[in-house]
Amino acid sequence: MNNKKGVRFSKETIATGKRLLGYVGRSYKKEFIVVCFCIAISSIASVSVSLSLRYLLDDFILPLMGVGEPDFREFYMALCVLGIIFLCGVLATWLYSRLMVKIGQGVLKQVRDDMFEHMQTLPIRYFDQNTNGSIMSLYTNDTDTLRQMINQSIPMVLMSGITIVVTFVSMLMLSPLLTILAVVMIGVLVLVAKVIGGNSGKYFIRQQVAIANVTGFIEERMTGQRVVKVFNHEEASKREFDALNERLFESSAKANTYANLMGPIIGNIGNLQFVLTAVLGGLLSVMGVGGITLGVMASYLQFTKSFTQPFMQVAQQFNSIVMALAGAERIFAMMDEPSEVDDGYVTLVNARRDAEGNLVECPERTGLWAWKHPHKAEGTVTYEELKGDVRFFDMSFGYTPDHMVLHDISLYAKPGQKLAFVGSTGAGKTTITNLINRFYDVQDGKIRYDGININKIKKADLRHSLGIVLQDTHLFTGTIMENIRYGKLDATDEEVYAAAKLAYADQFIRMLPNGYDTMLTGDGEGLSQGQRQLLSIARAAVADPPVLILDEATSSIDTRTEAIVQQGMDNLMKGRTVFVIAHRLSTIRNSNAIIVLEHGRIIERGDHEDLIKQHGTYYQLYTGKLELE
Amino acid sequence: MNRKLLKSVREYKREAVLTPVFVVLEVLMEVLIPMLMANIIDIGIMQGDLPYILRTGGLLVVMAMLALFFGAVAGATAAKAGAGYAKNLRQDIFYRIQDFSFKNIDHFSTSSLVTRMTTDITNIQMAFMMTIRLLARAPIMIILSWIMTIAINPKMALLFLIAIPLLGGTLLFIQRKAHPYFVKVFDEYDVLNNRVQENVNAARVVKAYVREDHEIEKFHGISGIVYQLFTRAEKIVAWNQPVMQFTIYLIVLCVVMIGGKDIVIGTMEPGELTSVIIYAIQILSSLMMVSFVFVMNMIAEASTDRIREVLEEVPEMQDKPDAKDEVPSGDIVFDHVDFSYGGEGGPLALKDVCLHIKSGQTVGIFGGTGSAKSTLVQLIPRLYDVTKGAVRVGGIDVRDYDLKVLRDQVSMVLQKNVLFTGSIYENIRWGDAKASDEEVQRVCRLAQADGFIREFPEGYNTQIVEGGNNVSGGQKQRLCIARALLKKPKILILDDSTSAVDTKTDALIRKAFREEIPDTTKIIISQRVSSIEDADQIIILDNGQVNGVGTSEELLKTNAIYREVYESQMKGGEDEDEQ
Repeated sequence: MNNKKGVRFSKETIATGKRLLGYVGRSYKKEFIVVCFCIAISSIASVSVSLSLRYLLDDFILPLMGVGEPDFREFYMALCVLGIIFLCGVLATWLYSRLMVKIGQGVLKQVRDDMFEHMQTLPIRYFDQNTNGSIMSLYTNDTDTLRQMINQSIPMVLMSGITIVVTFVSMLMLSPLLTILAVVMIGVLVLVAKVIGGNSGKYFIRQQVAIANVTGFIEERMTGQRVVKVFNHEEASKREFDALNERLFESSAKANTYANLMGPIIGNIGNLQFVLTAVLGGLLSVMGVGGITLGVMASYLQFTKSFTQPFMQVAQQFNSIVMALAGAERIFAMMDEPSEVDDGYVTLVNARRDAEGNLVECPERTGLWAWKHPHKAEGTVTYEELKGDVRFFDMSFGYTPDHMVLHDISLYAKPGQKLAFVGSTGAGKTTITNLINRFYDVQDGKIRYDGININKIKKADLRHSLGIVLQDTHLFTGTIMENIRYGKLDATDEEVYAAAKLAYADQFIRMLPNGYDTMLTGDGEGLSQGQRQLLSIARAAVADPPVLILDEATSSIDTRTEAIVQQGMDNLMKGRTVFVIAHRLSTIRNSNAIIVLEHGRIIERGDHEDLIKQHGTYYQLYTGKLELE
Repeated sequence: MNRKLLKSVREYKREAVLTPVFVVLEVLMEVLIPMLMANIIDIGIMQGDLPYILRTGGLLVVMAMLALFFGAVAGATAAKAGAGYAKNLRQDIFYRIQDFSFKNIDHFSTSSLVTRMTTDITNIQMAFMMTIRLLARAPIMIILSWIMTIAINPKMALLFLIAIPLLGGTLLFIQRKAHPYFVKVFDEYDVLNNRVQENVNAARVVKAYVREDHEIEKFHGISGIVYQLFTRAEKIVAWNQPVMQFTIYLIVLCVVMIGGKDIVIGTMEPGELTSVIIYAIQILSSLMMVSFVFVMNMIAEASTDRIREVLEEVPEMQDKPDAKDEVPSGDIVFDHVDFSYGGEGGPLALKDVCLHIKSGQTVGIFGGTGSAKSTLVQLIPRLYDVTKGAVRVGGIDVRDYDLKVLRDQVSMVLQKNVLFTGSIYENIRWGDAKASDEEVQRVCRLAQADGFIREFPEGYNTQIVEGGNNVSGGQKQRLCIARALLKKPKILILDDSTSAVDTKTDALIRKAFREEIPDTTKIIISQRVSSIEDADQIIILDNGQVNGVGTSEELLKTNAIYREVYESQMKGGEDEDEQ
């Protein structure tokens, strides 16, 4: 959309419109053709009201005047024919109204589904770059405008278009000369509509911006409403809100004023045209120029009267079309975001050992997992046991190419080892874990997992083999049972209970009025941050992965509970690899290796004893001389 | 249209009333113009009277200009009234939320409030604008057109008299049928949006567990339900158009049949027949407009309900008429306090808590996850009301204070810290808008934040982004403490507010408290023994009950919970400085 110069149908906008129509064409081609056909019939039926009157009067009624015993049979016959045309029109209207509902809602569902499906394939990077609010608004505001356009504007525009054509042809047939005037008037109409529409479009876009600002403000203040209360900041918030609200009011009032002007202006241009036509026609007919008779004049003027009506209808739809296309453009932009690329071909399969101790793939769950590694060159397949051996080789990484976050990281975690990352915010701890499960891809160097370059492993399988517990817990609407089961969809109730016990969540869950069937809404509102973390640990536990990543997973749990959870975790992780990020250094003391990061580089490594002896950064952190986040 | 909500039109009442007035004038012109047009045809053209055409044409142009003027004014006032109404509604909601207590806030999620203040209000705005423009137009149009018809042919006027209520009734019936579906549809729509929001927020979780397909399947479920309900509702509404057309056509046929005979007999002129048909169409399209407004209002009604829900939520806490406006001291008493988030009869989060904290004391509160530590301290600034018993500050029940006065004197740093978009100066000044730069810097020094702030290139003018994500957790906590200190409170509560701060800085903050604000009562919730070890008294909470009160030394002897944690955190403390 061109913001600088009001609204204009740019190439992109037209492409967007086409793509939108493509949606209709894809699933509802037949229905849409029927709709167009029905709309045509319906418009012809409605035009025939004024068209038929002349014939009825001239051919059936007037000849009967003055006849002693008028025979109305032919007149009734004609009425019957008209009645049939009307009936067809009504049926056509009925049919297309119903079909339009189906098409409109069907397309909307398709758009929503496509949006959601595509969103699921997008890389994490997309979610980093776009605010939650702006992604949400695609599903709400933008889809809403689309709904309005499909439901109202499309049929209205089609109908008006056909009416205009039919009327225009009739006028042309009556008097080509007078129709020149009509064409001039159309030109004026279009010009006026463009100016008003442009202005109104400009303000409508301004209104959208103002709404976005208000939304942003509300979102921030609502999230921090408790702080507002604690600081008695209500009055100040009100004043700030009023300022934003006032701006929204101004743009909204202006946008709607222009939109409301459209009707009266176009309508009265129509009246003006009528007068001009009458004067000109009268003049011509009096002078006898151009074969204009009085009868022709009378019906021509009838048409002139109804000619502006469809223009008005189209003009009124103009704004909703502009807004919907702008919305559709944003929706399509999201759908065009490149998906996460996955060219991995190594997959994770269930395996067992045959008599010779070789790994063999098998369909049932054995508890033993293997990487199935097809070698294209030789045409062979090898199996490698899933152990959880992770190694980094000279790995460097930056979220943007010009700003590296990690430099030359080399490290290894043997199966069953516990590796801890320590460092301040921005040191790159979370980034490392994000690279292991390939939320982002390494630019330089490589990561090997059980000896396989992780770029060769299918992402889904790689992630299945990794359990991750994040600091920001996210729970889903549903019961506690469902939320834990998220880790393993086919887990039995007993497995869920066991996982909850392991994570020390069982106790508090059973204290809730509905126990495991307690419904969670709004990201687990009503639970404490610590309880939510326990649930997300249980969720990871039920998945029972060979490698576990704990990113500040217990930061909000009290130390007593943490110690108990830790025991459970240690049990679970026996013989498995664990990466831990924790700011409470007491919890990582028993790690096999502690890696101290600073500005994306490893500055110290070793176990607790070694590092304390070194009297370096870790020592200072551990003794509280340095601050850690 | 909801009468209660309509009060919010307020200063835009003038526009809201003027709109229909101008619409009526516009309609008057619109009804007269076709008459002049008919005259131009019947008299001017038919008789070739050019001067008549010019004269009447001139009059017509004047009337068209007037119609344009009235129409434009009506359009402008309607737009202003609609936008103003929307503005006031948004304001009312926002103001109302500002009056909410914590308990009220718990009722509404942020996303639902945002939807209410945007989509819902926009729906109401459009419906309101349409209503004041069209609802005046339709009846006037119908009445005037009908009067015209009587003048021409009473028989046909009678025909209209039967048709109008019949059609009106049918349209109303259709709306009634569709309404419940629309109500349901908007509820399901909320569910759909909520699901999207969850997925956006938890994108990492979905990906980490490879649950994309699972989520897509869930989404298909709800999007299918929304599709079905919407289709059902709109299919009912889709009857409007054909029913409408059917009636129009039937009337046209009847009019032509009756009129045709009358013309033949000679009791009616051909021009009159044309006029009647135009009036018939005008009347029926007015009815269509009414039905269109009904549909808009029906959609808006669901929105109206959602807005009323917020506006009618009664702020749970209201000041008493003789509220105390001074807090005498920082002395706190809990007198047999029971508390439940669910109100009377709900599960108790706090059970029979009795405590006495003297003014100027430093008190540590300690307990496991879910032991109700935060709940306990939230009762002091009256963020929630006790279910039973009483909390007294300075010897006076907190419910007897003016809420603002109480909260000004009881400063609390919440567990969920929030900084707002704006500079550091602006954020700290939440504590006291009038504080000088020096004062802000002083409290930042107390909270050990001055150092890192000065290291930022823009120092105190550094902009904090939404959510405060451009400072580290420890820095954020110290900024929040500074903000609370600026209020110069009699009671300062830190709800686990130094968890991300290193122990050394933590100790420095406590030292500053001791030396700089000795008279302030300080309540510290912490998981870290070292943060509360030197407090005047430590309160151990377990499962909503006081498990022990005393100094660290006393508790080590008498309290099992405290001893266990103390030992786990302090073990190995001999060879290291702390932790």
